Amino acid sequence: MGVGIKVNKLNAWFGKTQALYDITMEAPANHATAIIGPSGCGKSTFVRCLNRMHETVPDARATGRVQIGELDVYNGASAVQIRRRIGMVFQKANPFPTMSIYDNVAAGLKLNGFHDRARLDEIVERSLKLSALWDEVKDSLRKKSGASLSGGQQQRLCIARALAVQPEVLLMDEPCSALDPISTGKIEELIFQLKEKFTIVIVTHNMQQASRVAEFTGFFLLGKLIELDKTEKIFTTPSDKRTEDYITGRFG
Amino acid sequence: MTGTQPIEKPELVVHSTVQGGPLLKAGNSHIADGIFHFAMLACGLSVLALVGLIIYELMNGSRLSWHAFGLNFFFGSEWDPVNERFGALPFVYGTLVSSLLALLLAVPLAIGVAVFITEMSPRWLKGPLAFTTELLAAIPSVIYGLWAIFVLVPLLRQYGEPFCARYLGWTGMFEGPPYGIGMLAAGIILAIMVVPIISSITREVMTAVPQQQREAVLALGATRWEMIRTGVLRNARAGILGGVILGLGRALGETMAVTMVIGNRPEIARSLFAPGYTMASVIANEFSEATGDTYLSALIEIGLALFIVTILVNILAQFLVWTVTRGTPTRSHA
Amino acid sequence: MPDNEMAHSDFVPAPISLWRRGMNSFATFAAAAAVILVLVPLGAVFGYLIYKGIGSINWAFLTQTPKPVGEPGGGMANAIAGSAFILLIASSMGVPIGIGAGIYLAEYGRNRLGNIIRFTADVLNGVPSIVVGIVAYAIVVLSQGHFSALAGGVALAIMMIPTIARTTEEMLLLVPNIVREAAYGLGVSRWRTTLSITLRTATSGVITGVMLAFARVAGETAPLLFTAFGNQYWNWKINQPTAALSLQIFTYAISPFDEWHRQAWAGALILIVLIVLAVSAVRFVASRGMMEGAN
Repeated sequence: MGVGIKVNKLNAWFGKTQALYDITMEAPANHATAIIGPSGCGKSTFVRCLNRMHETVPDARATGRVQIGELDVYNGASAVQIRRRIGMVFQKANPFPTMSIYDNVAAGLKLNGFHDRARLDEIVERSLKLSALWDEVKDSLRKKSGASLSGGQQQRLCIARALAVQPEVLLMDEPCSALDPISTGKIEELIFQLKEKFTIVIVTHNMQQASRVAEFTGFFLLGKLIELDKTEKIFTTPSDKRTEDYITGRFG
Repeated sequence: MTGTQPIEKPELVVHSTVQGGPLLKAGNSHIADGIFHFAMLACGLSVLALVGLIIYELMNGSRLSWHAFGLNFFFGSEWDPVNERFGALPFVYGTLVSSLLALLLAVPLAIGVAVFITEMSPRWLKGPLAFTTELLAAIPSVIYGLWAIFVLVPLLRQYGEPFCARYLGWTGMFEGPPYGIGMLAAGIILAIMVVPIISSITREVMTAVPQQQREAVLALGATRWEMIRTGVLRNARAGILGGVILGLGRALGETMAVTMVIGNRPEIARSLFAPGYTMASVIANEFSEATGDTYLSALIEIGLALFIVTILVNILAQFLVWTVTRGTPTRSHA
Repeated sequence: MPDNEMAHSDFVPAPISLWRRGMNSFATFAAAAAVILVLVPLGAVFGYLIYKGIGSINWAFLTQTPKPVGEPGGGMANAIAGSAFILLIASSMGVPIGIGAGIYLAEYGRNRLGNIIRFTADVLNGVPSIVVGIVAYAIVVLSQGHFSALAGGVALAIMMIPTIARTTEEMLLLVPNIVREAAYGLGVSRWRTTLSITLRTATSGVITGVMLAFARVAGETAPLLFTAFGNQYWNWKINQPTAALSLQIFTYAISPFDEWHRQAWAGALILIVLIVLAVSAVRFVASRGMMEGAN
């Protein structure tokens, strides 16, 4: 079961340069919310603030309030604890190169001290099934390395890895931008199914993808959230002129 | 602007679809992260501590000698341990002459090898040639010395030195009986040892010159050699100089091979046939036998001088190489 | 060559002058000659090592200690063992500290202090090995009152640390940042990520660097002259003078006895074989690449 995300007046900086200005929004539970906008508008930065990955860049900081369910991301626990509750899939698939498929999926658990063998097997299988990769790799789980899979398979492996620690929220930062159309299609299908169990925030520069996959869409421009509404409405009758300009391709 | 809620650590309940309890313990890794950072920092600082230690021990050890002889230590040419008269000039002379002779021989060879490998060699030959020149660098000094004593020196005594005396005697630098052992042998073996370093750095900086430079010169109708001269070597000048100076640094500090063939006589002579003595060699030969605190201190002071000179030379070399390769982490040119 | 006046429509460039062509050929010839001149001593050294040394390597040589002066026979068994012993001591100090310093430089040291350490490490690499010997003497031998394997190990460790630190740093920097981010995203702590993910990914490169440093100090003689000092007999005590292969070669080579000269060649051959094996193993491991297949 997913939980909702509430963001209140989130600001973020890289050194002295401000990247996000007073972002306030809500992403409802068990739905997918897409974040769209032109390059450099802050969409990746925004999503990385939700699980405090933004802080890993030297001289980067953020202020504001992010609530995931009843968990206060910036005020309660440490960044490391937060990230165990939130899953992230990156733009370029990044399986751990020295580990097998099995070890990759189990990495989040093993590296955090969970070693129950029987349950690990169960969780790995379930995660791979959830990410629609099980059938393709079930015979070579420990023999093949994570890096030996194709691009689309690697990304599904990363999704399985993120799901294995059973987060309630899944953040996806342009997960299909480096993939071919067929792999992209498979992953979009996946997101559809995952919505039942998780809350998803997906950054995408592909407007068609947003309309295919997400019930809600937020439009970012120059670090500000311009408009957030039902996807249908954003793409047909947006309230803000800037949104309309972006949708119709006047800039981007 | 953070929220105004009281700061309390929430119970981390993981909503798990697997029956039975939270999946991951709520751990805080701050402490472990801190300890790890500290441990790594300590390792890093140890590098600084080592250099500090070296400087301290060398200065501490030379104090006695410094008080006794002052700066004249490096200008005195009498090395008489029995009467406790220590002058280091013969060693300074020996170190400088052997190193300069080595460079004189090594630099043209090393640059020639580098030019051949980078610009002239057929592709299939490049790798093996590079590997073999690096193999030269892997041979330990004592083995070079062994070979020099039993192969190079007899060759010099029989053929090399009579040849030099006959055709180059007019320079006044090839006089006296051709023992074989002496400054010339030391210079030659040092040259062989120093070629790989100079060659490897020269290759590195030549490869760093962008292809457009070569093409620009060729497009003007230059021959291959002219292209190499003006398009590559000219651009890599600073780096090549850096490599040469790095080679100098290596030659200055080289101990074993030189000790085995230089003759170990603390005298200054004009002829390259004469035996000599270097700073590193006198330390190697006499340190463990040194009786008396002043004796030992004099040797340590020589070590301090050697340290300072090689450090300065190496810093200069690193800087020059860096200007061409722009600070990519330098591999250790052992 | 035509000078500044050129008829544009019928300009035919003169052929490249004989001088330029000659220079070009001469340059190629000179460069090739340089290569040969450099390869000759290499071949000569290896050739003589094999020619003079191979005959003397026999079971006795590898298992016996030196006989007293004048007596034929005897071997360098204790020197080979002693070298291994000293190298073990050196590695136990040099490798962990070196790798630690490398981790610091790559993961925490992208700042002013890191630059200072980096620069100092490169400087430390250039310190003559005899000077390192003096320092190890001052720290260990003077305070203990006698020569020892420990002193020799300390001297070699000082030489290993900066080399290993820089190569480790280089290898860790090759690990793409997205791999680290993947671990952070899973909520893995920083120290765990650095050890279990970053270092693990760079393992073969780091090992290469360690073996290179090892091969380099294995042949060193100068720093052992007045630290380990040498020994005619077996020694396994860390606090006693110990024989080393390089020391033994040196002592025998400068001696006046033919018997000892013969053994010096044999010892040298063994030393070079061990070093070449180490360097080749390094190349082999490096060529298999950074990212292995499944465990």
